[in-house]
Amino acid sequence: MSKTGNHIKADSNHREGRSCVRYKCSLMNTVLDVLHQRPGWVEVKEDGEWDFNWCDVGWLRENFDHSYMEEHVRICHFRNHYELTRKNLMVKNLKRYRKTVEREAGRLEAVKCDFFPLTFVLPSEYHLFVEDFKRSPGSTWIMKPVARSQGKGIFLFRKLKDIMEWKKVKICSSNTDCTRSDEQRDEAQVESYVVQSYIENPYLIHGRKFDLRVYILVTSYLPLKAWLYRDGFARFSNTRFSLRTIDDQYVHLTNVAVQKTAPVYNPEKGCKWQMQQLRRYLTAKHGTYVVEELFKDIDNIFIRSLQSVQKVIINDKHCFELYGYDILLDQDLKPWLIEVNASPSLTASNQDDYEMKYSLIEDTLHIVDMEGRLTGKEKRVGGFDLMWNDGPVFRENAGLETLGSPFQTANTHLGGVNDRKKQLRQLLKPFPGQKKV
Amino acid sequence: MMNEGSELSVTIAQIVQRLKGTHLHSQLEKQAKECLHRPEIRLESIKEDVRKFLRATGWERKLQNAVYRELHILPPSGHPEAPLEHTKEPLAYMRKAQASWEKRILKSLNSMCTELGVPLARKRPVLEQKELTSKWNEMGADEPDLSKFRPVYAPKDFLEVLINLKNPNHDHSDGLTARSHWGLIPISLSVRDVPQLREAYPELSLSCSQLGIDDHAHVPPDLFESEHIRIGKKVVDEQDSAAAQQYSRQGSPTGLRAQLWALILNITNDPEDVAHYEQLKAAVIHHDLLVDNLIYKDVKLTASNDDYYFVFEDVLYQVLLCFSRDTAVLEHFSYNSATPPKSYIQGKTGEEEFAVVYPPNVPLLPCQMGIVCRLGVIPFHGFSMYVAPLCFLYNEPCKLYSVFREMYVRYFFRLHSISSSPSGIVSLCLQFERLLQIHLPQLFFHLQEIMAQPLRIAFKWMVRAFSGYLSTDQLLLLWDRILGYDSLELVAVLAAAVFAFRAENLMEVTSLASAEAVLADLSTLKVMPLLQIFLFANVI
Repeated sequence: MSKTGNHIKADSNHREGRSCVRYKCSLMNTVLDVLHQRPGWVEVKEDGEWDFNWCDVGWLRENFDHSYMEEHVRICHFRNHYELTRKNLMVKNLKRYRKTVEREAGRLEAVKCDFFPLTFVLPSEYHLFVEDFKRSPGSTWIMKPVARSQGKGIFLFRKLKDIMEWKKVKICSSNTDCTRSDEQRDEAQVESYVVQSYIENPYLIHGRKFDLRVYILVTSYLPLKAWLYRDGFARFSNTRFSLRTIDDQYVHLTNVAVQKTAPVYNPEKGCKWQMQQLRRYLTAKHGTYVVEELFKDIDNIFIRSLQSVQKVIINDKHCFELYGYDILLDQDLKPWLIEVNASPSLTASNQDDYEMKYSLIEDTLHIVDMEGRLTGKEKRVGGFDLMWNDGPVFRENAGLETLGSPFQTANTHLGGVNDRKKQLRQLLKPFPGQKKV
Repeated sequence: MMNEGSELSVTIAQIVQRLKGTHLHSQLEKQAKECLHRPEIRLESIKEDVRKFLRATGWERKLQNAVYRELHILPPSGHPEAPLEHTKEPLAYMRKAQASWEKRILKSLNSMCTELGVPLARKRPVLEQKELTSKWNEMGADEPDLSKFRPVYAPKDFLEVLINLKNPNHDHSDGLTARSHWGLIPISLSVRDVPQLREAYPELSLSCSQLGIDDHAHVPPDLFESEHIRIGKKVVDEQDSAAAQQYSRQGSPTGLRAQLWALILNITNDPEDVAHYEQLKAAVIHHDLLVDNLIYKDVKLTASNDDYYFVFEDVLYQVLLCFSRDTAVLEHFSYNSATPPKSYIQGKTGEEEFAVVYPPNVPLLPCQMGIVCRLGVIPFHGFSMYVAPLCFLYNEPCKLYSVFREMYVRYFFRLHSISSSPSGIVSLCLQFERLLQIHLPQLFFHLQEIMAQPLRIAFKWMVRAFSGYLSTDQLLLLWDRILGYDSLELVAVLAAAVFAFRAENLMEVTSLASAEAVLADLSTLKVMPLLQIFLFANVI
């Protein structure tokens, strides 16, 4: 990629910014709209040179290693993001991280890592799984393919015999099956599954199960710099929760993609609540203190999960990544990590959803800052709050009074008021080339 | 002319009568008896000591709360010779209008019966009863065919009735004048104007802090919010109804609202309340009412389609089906005399609990097995929205039911019945129109010119007390004040404030449809600043 003469030398406080950004985008949804409408950003053809690429993971896998990227270039994935997003690898990393924490900081600290349900990778840990299975008879387990999304291939079971058949089929058919998709080729020959202890006492709202979708933006792993988006949503299952019908996939999986095909799904309804609504509901029911503690525990999940892969992910200054975290609450208001998505759905289900995702992507681009408008010292950009910057980030500005004080609050506002437009007006200079308003 | 002293005695006597035999009464007696064993109770000062004991153990407070509650729903005292219905509604023409409106509704219900061939009430076969009991918690899962049912009436039908009210004392000899057609409501009632409202709602003034304004993200909590929450916790600990009501005028913190509202409404969840709810539930299981289908339809059309309330579908059925059978609700405001004439069906006399409470001249449909049930409130389109916001605060159906019932009996019923009460829909409509006419005359004139009478747009908001139009957190802030001031007046003020807020855009429109479009989406509005600006920041 050759240098073009259209980067501007900003003043010494700011990075070099570009007034014209050439981008590629492999998605045909909200992302494309945001990119189209960004002043000074131009889409490039197939083989054209680009400064910014919102690619899908397939493209990444095929091209990343062969691409030379100049310093200013940005791409929306880390090369080996799957260390965090593939269920079997995430489990492996989390388990290893927990051991490290226990060794270095003791048991009490290690307990803070117990936010993922008991999980085993199959087939390699099959025997370990069976041991544990026998120890808790009658409990429910969930089987998930490591590489698929949108709820495909997931099923629940209580008896070992339910998976005997599956075991025979899956393990034996590995090498001969040529119809596997690209994603699955990345794995060892066998399509891996994970089996996980199913959370039987999820927090229900009027009998309905839900999970939380939260957005985290990571711009660097070494040092770790991560932002938390204030908006998010709770995705409801369409029918009442009951353990009686394990077969009713629609009840247990709160994934919107699955719910969309469920018999009673009403597309107009869009069975989601905004995070603010959920937060208010929980506060009304349990009080402010309990809910604040809950959200602190949720913050803990984000930070520790990222720390667990910090040393494994190939850090690259060209990369950033917007993750979609799925969190489940149980009846004791303990949050559990279900999954991390490297390509969270950015297709909107309705107008409100569109506006939220539009803002999310727009703020992501503000933080990536191709235009060089930020100082790098910001703690908040639009709807994103800086959650971790090589260390915890606090709302209070550091000073002598706050030094060593235990009363510092984390700089996170999940489910809080998102007055991003106002904040952005105060924060950002106009785009290069735009007249000052 | 009654003097204050005897008026008070009458009130006291009425309240004592109402509290006699309640669970609270028996508890107080029990406590008083049991405390006699205690060392601090001396024979020579037994009355004083027992009183002291009841005060110290919080029982006096409970009694205070109960009395306070009764005062809320007691009709204003009138002449001792006046019948009850006259004290409930002193204006004869209003009584008549309400009675004829009720007749119309029942007639409409009856003709729906005949048209659809569905009985008004039907005893459920045992199998069906069992089925319903087992799926009591998931009635929303059903998708019955409701296409042939229509709501009995919609708010706009009710508006037409109000527009056609006639005060027989009004002198129409002037004929049609500009004044007589200045607004839609043709009668004169005393409604308050901004200077009077300022005096009545001092806690909303610019110099007074409150939730909905001073808890904004940019305001440090030390300035107001933290202290307000601390006081709120204290009020809840003290279990003081009156204090909770006063407190609520500045808004209830989200984490305390459920408890505060329960206090204000004096929802004690006594065994009586639980038993009452169970009885109603049994009535639902036992027989099926035509009205049930209307409830299903209403919930499916409104709450289930709402982005936030859809989660509460099941519990809405549990509340509304019971409510439609709760005839005790009627006694609080019905203008029918205390023992309304009953009708029996097909010779099944003597079945007291299954008699119909209809005016006798309304045609009745013969029902299966001759069993008809007493009908309570008949829902209109959007009725379920009175309950939906409460689902945010209360989880157990019994408590939710009690809260809703009390709110209905104190406030909501006034929004769809004809009366001269200052909180009644007639007064609210008139007040709304007057406020606009006086403070935004240009806007009012313009809208009238383009055949977009403001009331036609605002009416649906007011009938639902804005439920479903405002975002939930804003709605709850509004309802905080309704409870705090024990009046629905702010609903009318808010409606005017919304028009004031969007006045600029409204002056540009040239048709009713465009006016409706400007006012279609209220979900981004912040209620308290609107009210505050309208009442306290406008130049009078």
